[in-house]
Amino acid sequence: MPLLDIKNLSVEFTTRAGTFRAVDGIDLTVDEGEVVGIVGESGSGKSVTSLAVMGLLGSNGKVVADRMSFGGKDLLTMSASQRRNLTGKDIAMVFQEPMTSLNPCFTVGFQIMETLKVHEGLSGRALRNRAIELLEQVGIPAPESRLSAFPHQLSGGMNQRVMIAIAIACNPRLLVADEPTTALDVTIQKQILDLLVRLQKERGMALMLITHDMGVVAETAQRVVVMYAGQVAETRPVSALFNAPRHPYTGALLDALPERALGKRRLPTIPGMVPGIGDRPQGCLFNPRCGFATDRCRIERPALFDVDQGKARCFYPLSNSGPGAPLGVEEAV
Amino acid sequence: MTDTLTETLPTTGPVVLEAIHLRKHYAVKRGAFKPPATVKALDGVSFQLEAGKTLAIVGESGCGKSTLARSVTMIEPPSSGQLLYDGRDVVGRSVAEMKELRRTVQMVFQNPYGSLNPRKTVGSILTEPLVINTDLGKQARRERAIAMMAKVGLRPDQVDRYPHMFSGGQRQRIAIARALMLNPRVVVADEPVSALDVSIQAQVLNLMMDLQEELNLAYLFISHDLSVVRHIADAIMVMYLGRPVEHGPRDVVFTRPRHPYTRILLAATPRVNPALRAERVVPKGELPSPLNPPPGCPFHKRCPYATDRCASEVPALRPVDERLVACHYAEDMAV
Repeated sequence: MPLLDIKNLSVEFTTRAGTFRAVDGIDLTVDEGEVVGIVGESGSGKSVTSLAVMGLLGSNGKVVADRMSFGGKDLLTMSASQRRNLTGKDIAMVFQEPMTSLNPCFTVGFQIMETLKVHEGLSGRALRNRAIELLEQVGIPAPESRLSAFPHQLSGGMNQRVMIAIAIACNPRLLVADEPTTALDVTIQKQILDLLVRLQKERGMALMLITHDMGVVAETAQRVVVMYAGQVAETRPVSALFNAPRHPYTGALLDALPERALGKRRLPTIPGMVPGIGDRPQGCLFNPRCGFATDRCRIERPALFDVDQGKARCFYPLSNSGPGAPLGVEEAV
Repeated sequence: MTDTLTETLPTTGPVVLEAIHLRKHYAVKRGAFKPPATVKALDGVSFQLEAGKTLAIVGESGCGKSTLARSVTMIEPPSSGQLLYDGRDVVGRSVAEMKELRRTVQMVFQNPYGSLNPRKTVGSILTEPLVINTDLGKQARRERAIAMMAKVGLRPDQVDRYPHMFSGGQRQRIAIARALMLNPRVVVADEPVSALDVSIQAQVLNLMMDLQEELNLAYLFISHDLSVVRHIADAIMVMYLGRPVEHGPRDVVFTRPRHPYTRILLAATPRVNPALRAERVVPKGELPSPLNPPPGCPFHKRCPYATDRCASEVPALRPVDERLVACHYAEDMAV
C-alpha cells in the first residue's frame, strides 16, 4: 500500500469571477521512501496539490477527493485535531521562500524547539540538545550559537537549512518540499538538494519535490509527475520520462530547455500560455498549444492512458521514434 | 593595477561599449560607534562589447552583476574607472550631454511585474522615451510605438491596454520594446527571463536573438542561469565578489573552464541530460560577506584547490589559453 494515496483530488476556489478549479481530478501516490518530483509551469496546480495534502488551504479552498489517505489513515474524515497531530510530525513541509516562511520575531532555536515541544513533548536540556543535533544534521556550522540567531542574521541558504531542520525534527515519513531551492543560488541549491537527498536516504522517508525546474527533478527524483492546468499530463520513472516523453506537453517542455538546444540558434517554443480561470478549452486542455492535436483532441477530453512504464493523458502519445518523438535524438551532441 | 588595457579579450568588430577598471564602492554605516565600512560591490571590471554580440555576466547573488548593470547604464555612476559609449567617455559629463549619450545604452529589468507602471497604457509606456528625448509629434510617436509592438510580437490593437492585462512573457516583450524605442546600440538585460516559465522563457530568448540580428544590437546579458547563458552568449564573464574571475569566449569557458569557481558553477547547474552532468565538485560554504572579504584570492575559502599562496596573494586577471582568468594555478587546471 502506498504511503500517500490520492484518488481523484480536486480543489476549487470561489472567486468573484466564478468557481476556479485549480486542481482537477488528480491521482497521486507516493510510496514509503520514494522520491517523487512534481513539475509544471505556474498555474499548473502543483503548489495547491501540496497544500491540499498538508491541509493548509484556507477556508476558500474546497477539497474533494474519492480517496486521500496517508499511512492507511483517511485524511478526509479525520478531525481537525487529529490532522494537526499528523501535520508537522508525519507529514512535514519545506516552503519556497525561507526568508518569509520563518517568523522574523523569534530565534531559529525557538522555532525548531516549538515543533519538538508540540509533537515530541521534549523539554529542558533534552529539547535544546535535540535542536542542536538537528542543526548539525542539516550542516549548520556552530549550531549552539546559531540557536539564538534570528532569521535575518542568517543567509537564505542557512534559513532554508533551518526550515529543513524544523521539517525533519519529528522524523516525518513524508517530506513535501515546494520549490525548496528556487530562491537560492546554484551552488547553494546544489548543497540543499544534496542535503535533502542525503536525509531522505538516511531516514528512508518519502520526498515529494515540487518544482518548475526540469534539471532539479531529473537529478533528484525517481518518479516524475508532470502537471498541466490542474491535471496530471504524464507520470513515469525519471529516466523513461526524460529520454522518451510520451505526452506532447512534456516533450515540448523539454525541447524548450536551452540545454537541449545546444548548437541550435532558435529554441523550440510552446505557443500560447497555460489556460487561466475562464479559458479552459473543450477537449484536451493542451490541444490549443499542441502540435499534434486532431479533431478528437478538440472535442473529447482524454483520460490517463497506460503507456510505457507509466501513464499519459493523451490519445496519441509520442513514440520513441517517428515524427512524434522529437527528443532523444540529439543526446550525443 | 595599471590603466593599460592588457586585460581584455581580442575583438574583431566595432566596440560599442567599453568599461575600463570600473569600480563602485558603497559606504555602509555600522552604527554610531564604528567607522563606516566600504563595500566594494564592483572592484575593477574591464570589458569590451562589440556590436551585434552578447556578453553574459554570470555569478551568484552579491557578486556585483546588478551593480555592474546599474553602473554601465549610468543609473548609478561608477566610483572610478572609465566608461565609453561608442568610444566617447561618459563619466563626469554634464546632464545635457548625458541625456544624449544615454540613448545608446538602454536597459531591460528582471521583473516585468515591477518594471512597468501599472497606471500607464502600453502606448504611453512606449512613447514616454520619445517624449523625453525626441521632438516627434504625438501621431508620429504613436506610430513608432505601434511599429515597435509589431516587432516584438504584440498586436497593434493592444496599444491602449494596461500592463495587468498581459501575461509575464508579454510584459517582458513590452519592457524590451520600451528599451528599443530610442534605437540603442546596447541593451543591458538584467536577468530578463528568470521570472518566466520555461516555455515563455524560450519565446523571449528567441525574440531577443531575432532583434539582435535585425538591429545589430549588443547585449550585456546578466544571468545566473548557465544553460540560458550558454545558449545566448558569445562571450562570458564570471564574477565573484565584485571581480571577474574568468572572462572568455563562450565555448572556451564552457568546455575548458580554468577557474575553480567556474567549474563549481557548471557542476552545480542541474542538468536534464545525465551525459552532460559535470563531475561533482561539491561547493564548500557560502559567499563571504562583501563587507569583510577574505585576504588573498576572494574565492580561496571555498576553493577545493586552495594553497597558502591563495590566502595571501591576490591573483591578477591574466591571459591563459584563450581567456582571461584570475587564478594562480590556472595553467595546472586539468581541462
